[in-house]
Amino acid sequence: MTVIQKKADNPIAHLSAEDIEIIGKELDAIRDRVLADRGERDARYIRKVIKTQRTLEISSRAVLLFSLFPPAWIVGTAGLTVAKILDNMEIGHNVLHGQWDWMRDPKIHSTTWEWDHVSPADQWKQSHNELHHRFTNVVGKDNDLGYGIMRVDEDQPWHPMHLGQPVWNLLNACFFEYGIAAYDMELGDHLKQKRLKEPAFRAKARAVGRKIRRQVLKDYVVHPLLSGPSFLSTLAATFTANLLRNVWSHSVIMCGHFPNGVETFEKTSIEGETRGEWYLRQMLGSANISGPRLLHLMTGNLSFQIEHHLFPDLPSNRYQEIAPQVRALFDRYGLRYTTGPLPKQVASAWWKVIRLSLPNRRDRRQPAAPAPLVPSGAV
Amino acid sequence: MTTTAHRRPQKVSFRDRLLRLAGTVTTPLLPDDYLDMVAPLRAGAPLRGRVVAVRPETRDAATLVIQPGRGWQGHLPGQYVRLGVDVDGVRQWRAYSVTSAPGAADGRISVTVKAIPDGKVSNHLVRRLRPGTIVQLDQAQGDFVLPAATPERILFLTAGSGITPVMGMLRSGLADRSDVVLVHSAPTRDDVIFGAELRALAERGTVRLVERHTDTSGLLDVAELDDLVPDHAQRHTWACGPVGLLDAAEAHWAARDAAELLHTERFRPTVITPGEGGTVTFTGAGVTVEADGATTLLDAGENAGVLMPSGCRMGICFGCVVPLRQGAVRDLRNGDVTTAVPGDGVAIQTCVSAAAGTCDIDL
Repeated sequence: MTVIQKKADNPIAHLSAEDIEIIGKELDAIRDRVLADRGERDARYIRKVIKTQRTLEISSRAVLLFSLFPPAWIVGTAGLTVAKILDNMEIGHNVLHGQWDWMRDPKIHSTTWEWDHVSPADQWKQSHNELHHRFTNVVGKDNDLGYGIMRVDEDQPWHPMHLGQPVWNLLNACFFEYGIAAYDMELGDHLKQKRLKEPAFRAKARAVGRKIRRQVLKDYVVHPLLSGPSFLSTLAATFTANLLRNVWSHSVIMCGHFPNGVETFEKTSIEGETRGEWYLRQMLGSANISGPRLLHLMTGNLSFQIEHHLFPDLPSNRYQEIAPQVRALFDRYGLRYTTGPLPKQVASAWWKVIRLSLPNRRDRRQPAAPAPLVPSGAV
Repeated sequence: MTTTAHRRPQKVSFRDRLLRLAGTVTTPLLPDDYLDMVAPLRAGAPLRGRVVAVRPETRDAATLVIQPGRGWQGHLPGQYVRLGVDVDGVRQWRAYSVTSAPGAADGRISVTVKAIPDGKVSNHLVRRLRPGTIVQLDQAQGDFVLPAATPERILFLTAGSGITPVMGMLRSGLADRSDVVLVHSAPTRDDVIFGAELRALAERGTVRLVERHTDTSGLLDVAELDDLVPDHAQRHTWACGPVGLLDAAEAHWAARDAAELLHTERFRPTVITPGEGGTVTFTGAGVTVEADGATTLLDAGENAGVLMPSGCRMGICFGCVVPLRQGAVRDLRNGDVTTAVPGDGVAIQTCVSAAAGTCDIDL
């Protein structure tokens, strides 16, 4: 992909400025309809998911106390993996987005929630909600484009370091939560610029350190110790559960913005961006994953990444319901609704990581001059 | 958190140690989060109650029998309890008088709720609440209570659901100790909450009951008390009912130089009428500003030098969420109004909210 403004076949060239604002109005109307109907059914849903997750987590950990017995290891590890995925994806990610703040339940609220993850909730909220969701796919502003360690867009400059990015990506997948923690505290920038002693950075680093200590103590010390003779096998089980959770969430998140068909944007294109233009950028900058209900639950409904990016604060159980309306809007305005099954999307994202580890091919078509995001006639 | 001048060796109970140890396995959750799943009413949990029964009293009033959690510290007759209940998925807090006598053997309490027209919470409680529901509770509070030395002669002047705190007093055996007159107004005989019980008390001669059915006899003029209860200005009086009745009673008692004998309970919920803009107070910073209906609270605060948490400034990141202690705000995206009174636990996004009346923000 190339930033949309440099594309020879700009996919929004056919839209007038009025069209874009009408699309925005239609999306506002979809949001308002959900808000008007949001209520007890949604509250019941999230409480049920939370209860299921807790039951699964505690019973899996109980089973793992006997992990020397191989069936117990398998059942316990599988259960704990699913519990950790539910905690991070359908519960943590979405609660921290404020999707459930409207219930006014202080126990299920973006300002009080903490998740099974080494990045403290408040640091993640800042880098994810504030930067990524606001600057989605703007090259140079949205650090989620390659997380600062990879090149996932032709318009990101190539560096010999990128030759190794298939390996970085694999390592990042395995230890994704640590990658996210480092990313949320902007460790890379601080290392590069030798700004490790800044008080604000040190405070963040201490918070991450405390979180890592608690997480490690739980998964790799206390739980194995409680398992007595099963110490080592429980250690292996919790490690495996964390590994699988990391690889799963990494795969799902790669599918959100890296697959083929997703557009990126130039920094200058978002200056003075209207509500309609912001919506349009979210529509074109995200990709969905198709599949059964269970898949949607396990991805935290990020399989509806497009709907999530349009309405990051709507309850996640609603994305599935509004998806047909959103897709119809894409069709009506001749826009590409990027979606595909998980293996295809993961492969597409990986292929991009591999392809862009090399410099751009010379024979790429380059338009004469960058076109503005909004075609002529725009304000 | 409190700090003390002397560092004393703190006694950590066995239970606390155990919970702390358990916390190393349950982190980032607390052991309490798991205990809540099986024992929401246990000691040490946030105060909650289980609704045991919902009994209709009249066509628009019902009594909720509640088993409070182990942390319940009891109540005095006449006090109220704040009750948090999820209506359409949203937690709402309201205060209701406790109508049961203190010290029931089974530990249960009851509150009696009258559904008011368009009352979101009261209608839910009276018509839709199911036994088994867990509700949030606060400890009983309020000073509409009898003094330690019970007066010899008492008048209760009540109307509608104003009977509820008085019922708590009557059920505590007050009438056995004092000479009690109850003047109660309701639209019809059938609308009298606890009608049968009150009439039974009157028949036994325990209280003197004056029922006023306002549909047929019109609203009670407080001056009529001169005939109905000739010695009323010498009686310790507790009045509870609509604002009009209380205002009239206060004027009447003041005119007879007996204001100190009158105790009133204004139980109506604070009604917040949203407008455009308003005075915004940031309670922690001690800053008060006038904000118009188009300025976000985030801008208003920052312009006044308040250190406001902020993020995307477009309503998507929830980095600016702060508690609205009381007041009304309007969501500038769709015009929705959110109101709060103290204790509601309402949090708002300041970057997309403007004042819709006087607001206190906990910041």
